[in-house]
Amino acid sequence: MSAHDHSAEHALSSSHGDGHDFAHPMPVPTLLAVFAVLVGLTIITVAQASFSGLFGDFDVAVVMIIATIKAVLVGYFFMHLSHDKPFNIVVFISAFVFVGLFIIFTLSDSQLTTQDMIQVQDSVPTSAVAEPAQS
Amino acid sequence: MSTIEADTMHDAHGGHDHDHDHPSFLAHHFDTPEQQFDSGKLGIWLFLVTEVLFFGGMFCAYAIFRSLRPEVFEGCSQFLNTKLGAINTGVLLFSSLTMAWAVRCSQTEDHKGLTAMLASTLSCAMVFLGVKAIEYSHKWGMGLLPAGYFTYDPNNPHPVGGTNWLLFICAPFIVITIGVVIWYVVAKMSDDKFQQAVALPLIVVCLSFFGGVGLGTILESGGSESHASANHGEGLAEHTDADHQHAHNDDHAHVANESHSEPGVLELLATDATNTGLKNQISAEEAQAALASGSVTTGVSEIEATVGAVPREVLTPSRAGVFFSIYYCMTGIHAIHILGGIGVLVWLLFRSVRQDFNRQYFGPVDYVGLYWHLVDLIWIYLFPLLYLIR
Amino acid sequence: MSAVAVRDPGFPTERENYLTNSKGVLSWIFTLDHKRIGVMYLIGVTTAFFVGGLLALAIRLHLMSPDGWMFKSENGNNIYNQVFTLHGAIMVFLFIIPSIPAALGNFLVPVMLGAKDVAFPRLNLCSFYLWVFGAIFFVMALFANGLDTGWTFYTPYSTTSDTSVIMATLGAFILGFSSIFTGLNFIVTINTMRPPGMTWFRMPLFLWATYSTSIIQVLATPVLGITLLLLIAERTMQIGIFNPEFNGDPVTYQHFFWFYSHPAVYIMILPAFGVISELISVHSHKHIFGYRFIAYSSIAIALLGFLVWGHHMFTAGMSSLTTIIFSALTFTVSVPSAIKVFNWLATMYKGSISLTTPMCYAISFIFLFTIGGLTGLHLGTLATDQHLHDTYFVVAHFHYVMVGGTLVAFLGGVFHWWPKMFGKMFNETLGRISAGLVFIGFNVTFLPQFILGSRGMPRRYATYDPEFAGLHQLSTYGSLILGFGVLVAFITLMMSLFKGKRAPANPWGGATLEWNCTSPPPFYNFERAPVVGDPYDFLDIEWEEKNERYVSTEPERKIVPESDPPKTPTHAKH
Repeated sequence: MSAHDHSAEHALSSSHGDGHDFAHPMPVPTLLAVFAVLVGLTIITVAQASFSGLFGDFDVAVVMIIATIKAVLVGYFFMHLSHDKPFNIVVFISAFVFVGLFIIFTLSDSQLTTQDMIQVQDSVPTSAVAEPAQS
Repeated sequence: MSTIEADTMHDAHGGHDHDHDHPSFLAHHFDTPEQQFDSGKLGIWLFLVTEVLFFGGMFCAYAIFRSLRPEVFEGCSQFLNTKLGAINTGVLLFSSLTMAWAVRCSQTEDHKGLTAMLASTLSCAMVFLGVKAIEYSHKWGMGLLPAGYFTYDPNNPHPVGGTNWLLFICAPFIVITIGVVIWYVVAKMSDDKFQQAVALPLIVVCLSFFGGVGLGTILESGGSESHASANHGEGLAEHTDADHQHAHNDDHAHVANESHSEPGVLELLATDATNTGLKNQISAEEAQAALASGSVTTGVSEIEATVGAVPREVLTPSRAGVFFSIYYCMTGIHAIHILGGIGVLVWLLFRSVRQDFNRQYFGPVDYVGLYWHLVDLIWIYLFPLLYLIR
Repeated sequence: MSAVAVRDPGFPTERENYLTNSKGVLSWIFTLDHKRIGVMYLIGVTTAFFVGGLLALAIRLHLMSPDGWMFKSENGNNIYNQVFTLHGAIMVFLFIIPSIPAALGNFLVPVMLGAKDVAFPRLNLCSFYLWVFGAIFFVMALFANGLDTGWTFYTPYSTTSDTSVIMATLGAFILGFSSIFTGLNFIVTINTMRPPGMTWFRMPLFLWATYSTSIIQVLATPVLGITLLLLIAERTMQIGIFNPEFNGDPVTYQHFFWFYSHPAVYIMILPAFGVISELISVHSHKHIFGYRFIAYSSIAIALLGFLVWGHHMFTAGMSSLTTIIFSALTFTVSVPSAIKVFNWLATMYKGSISLTTPMCYAISFIFLFTIGGLTGLHLGTLATDQHLHDTYFVVAHFHYVMVGGTLVAFLGGVFHWWPKMFGKMFNETLGRISAGLVFIGFNVTFLPQFILGSRGMPRRYATYDPEFAGLHQLSTYGSLILGFGVLVAFITLMMSLFKGKRAPANPWGGATLEWNCTSPPPFYNFERAPVVGDPYDFLDIEWEEKNERYVSTEPERKIVPESDPPKTPTHAKH
C-alpha cells in the first residue's frame, strides 16, 4: 500500500462518508447470541431424536421445523439478510420455491406410481461370501 | 493483459478526474466501490441459488426413497453415529460464527482479527473433515457402501484384513501438512515475514485435521479398536452403573479384546459401537468401560435403537445400499464443497495477511462468508435427515 | 434538413477498434473484453454447428433407403445410433444453448446496456473456457467409444451402454457450468450496470429476453448438473437411484432430466425471441408494438417453463393425475408465445419494411416458429400424444422450433449485427438467397416428417418400412438444400470480411445503443455513459443517401427562448 493509495482511500471514505457507507458490521454480541441459540437448537434436535416416539409420526416435521429455524437464524444474522437488499432476499428465497416445486411434483408423482413398482428381492450378503469387504 | 491496456487507455480518455475515483481495488468497468460490491453480492447470491438447486436434486432423491421405504431409512440410520454428526454440526456452526466475525473484522479493518478468524474457520473445516474421515473409513471397512458395492455382512460386520481406508484418506493431508511445515521452515530461514505470517496459521489449520481425526476416533469409541472389543464374547448385553470416562476406553478395550472367543450374531450387533442415540451410545460405552475395567455386572440391556434392532431384510444392496448411496452422495458432495471452501478461505488468508481489505473493499470476505454459511446451512438439514431418523 | 444537427460517431481508429487495439494470439486467449469473448464463442459455436450439421446430413443420407443407405457395414445400425446421438448432443449442448446467449449475448448485452463490460469479465472468460473443455470432452467421447444413448441419456440404458457415457455426461456437466456462469453474469450486469437513464422499460427487448434466459440458466442448469453427476455415480458405483436393478426408478431420472431440459428448451428459444423483436422493429422502421407485453411475456415463459416438464413423459409411466396436470399447464405456455407472435405481426403492419437479409430471416422465423409452436399443442394434448409420442412428428416439431426458430433467428441476428461486429457489409443478394434456400430447404426437410410421424414412423430408427421411403427421400433432398443454404450464408459472411464495404455506424437504422458507437465498437464501448432514449423510437433516425448510412438527427435547438420568461415567478401568481 503506497501513501498515494492511502490518501485516495481517505478521500473516498470522507466523500462517501457516513451516509453512503455500505458496510454494516454485525455486532459481536449478536453473533455470539445467535451461535448460542443455534447450539441450543442442535442439542434440542438430538435430544428429541434420542427419546424416540416423543412426537411419533411427526418426528420428521419437528426435526425439519427446528432445522428451518436454524437456517433462518443463519440466513438472517450470519448471512446479513437483515441488512441486505430486498432483491437479494427475493433471489435467495426463489431458490427454495423452485426446489419445492421440483420436489413436490416429482415426489407426488413417485408416490402415485409406487403401487406399480416391482420390488427387487435380493439377499443379505452373508458370511458364505468369503470375499473381503473391499474389492 | 488487455485490461491493463484498457485501463491505461481508459484513463487517457476519461481524463484526470476519473483517476482519483478509481482506487486500486476498483475494477475499471465499475464506477463506485458500492456498485462493485452490489454486483458481487448479487452474483454470489445467484451462485448460492444454483447451489441450493444443485443440492435440491439430491434432497428430492432422498425424499422419494425415504417415502418409498421408510423402514430402510430408519434402520440404516442406526449405522450413523449421532455423536459424530452432532459434533460436526457444532463445529460447522462455530465455523459459521467465526466466518461471520471475520466479515465484521474486514468491515472494521481489523486485519489481525480477520486473519485469526479466517484461520479458525479453516481449522473448524479441517476438524469437520477429520471427523468425516473417521466416519467414512469406518463404514467403508464394514462394507456399508453404495448399492453396487454393498457388502455389509451382518454375520461378520468387521472383516479382518481390509484396506486401511483411514490411511488413504489421511495421506493427502499428511503430505500437505509436511509441505506447509517445510514452507514455514524455508520462510523462516529466508526471513520472509509475509510467508511466515501465512504459513504459521496454515500449520495450525493442517494439524486441526488430525485433531478432528483424533476427536472422531475418541467419539467413535475407538475406531477399529471398538470393533475388536465387540468380539468380546462375555461383554454382550452387559451393564454397569460405573461412570467411566470414555477417553480411557480405547486402551483398555484394546487390551481386553486380545483373548476372546467367537460371539453370536445378535450379540455382536448389540454391542457394536456404531449404534446411535445418545442414551444407547452411553449405555454401550458403559458396557465397554465395564469390560475394560473388569468390573462386569450382569444386567439386561435396554438398548433398542441399535444396529442390532435393524431388521435383517433391510440390509440388502437394493435397500440399505441405496440408503448409503444417498448418504455418500449428499455428504460427499457436501464435503467437496467444504474442500472448495477451504481453497477460497486459504486465498482469503493470503489476502488478509497482505491487508487487502478495507471498509470500501471487503466484498471477497463477504462473498466467501455467504458461501460458507450456505454450506453450513445444508449441513443443518443433512444432519437431522440422515443421522436422526427414528 | 439544414436545420438539424447530425450525430454519427464515424469510424474507429485502429487503436480504438476492439479487434485491433491489441495484437497477438495471447491478447485474444487472455482477453477480458466481452466483445472478443463473444467473437470467440461465435467461432466455437459455428464449428460445433458444422460438426453437428455434417452428422445431420449423415443421418438423412442413411435414411435415403429403407435398409440404410449410408452406413452399410455390419455395424451400420450401431453407427447410426451413435451419429444421431452425437448430432443431438452436439447441437443441443454445444450449439443451440450457447449460440445466441453466449455468442451474440456476450457481444451485445453490455453494448446495448451502455456499460463498459459485463459485471465479471474473468468469470466470462472462464465460462468460455469451460465451454471449450466441455466441447473437448464431447469430441473425446466421439473418438473413444462414441455415444448411443440419445442426447437425453435415459436410464437404465445409459447405465449399461458400453459407449463413453461418462465422458459425454462430464462434458455436459462442464458445459452446464459454462451456461450457469454466463447467465449469472448477465443477470448481475443487467441489474447493476445500467447507466443512468436506462430504466427497465427502456431496455431493448433483446436484453429482456437475455434476462429471462439467464433466470432459467441459473435456476435449471444446476439440476442438470446433479442429475448427470448422479448418473456418473450410477455408472461407476451403481448407487441404485435410477437403476431398477437396485430398486431405482428410471422415471425419476426422467423427472430430474426434464426439470432442467424443458426449461432448457426456453434457454434455446427465448434469446431468439429477443433477436426477432429487434430485427422486426428495426427493419420495419416502426416502434415495436406492445413493448411491455413482449417484455413480460419473456419473463412469463421463463417462469411457466418450469411447470411443464412432465409433458415429455406422458407415456413414460407417470401417474394419470400428474399427466393431466402437466398437460393443462403446458397449454398455458402457448399464451405468452402467441402474444409475442401477434405483437411482431402488429409491428410489421403498416411499417416501412426493408427486405434486408436479417428481415428475410426474421419473417421466415415467424412462419416456422408458428408452425413449430402450434404442432406443440398436439403433443401437449394427452390423447394425441399417445399416438404421436416418439414419432417423427416430435422430431419435426422440435426441429421447427429449434432450427426453424433458434437457428434461423441466430443467422438473422448474425447478419443483423455482423456489420457491427466486424465493420464490414455483406452482399445483400447472396444473403437473401441464403435466407430463401434455408427457408425452402428447411420446409422440404421437415414438413414430410410431420406426415411420416402421424403415419406412425418412429423416431431414432435406422431402418424403416418401404412405404415411408418416398417421404424420407424428400426429406433428405430438403436437408441437402438446407445445408447448401447455410453454406451460402457462411460464404457470404466470410466474403464480406475480405471484400465487404466498410460498414457505417448505423447501417440498418436501429435506435438501440449499439448503433451509437462505431462499427466495430471501440474496446471501451462508451467513453462516458451514453444518453438513453426509447430503444424503438426511429423518428430521429434518417437515411443519408450520400454516405449510405443512417444518422440520428437532432432538431435544431434554439438557444434564445422565443418568449421572455414571465417577470414574476409562477408561484407568486397564486
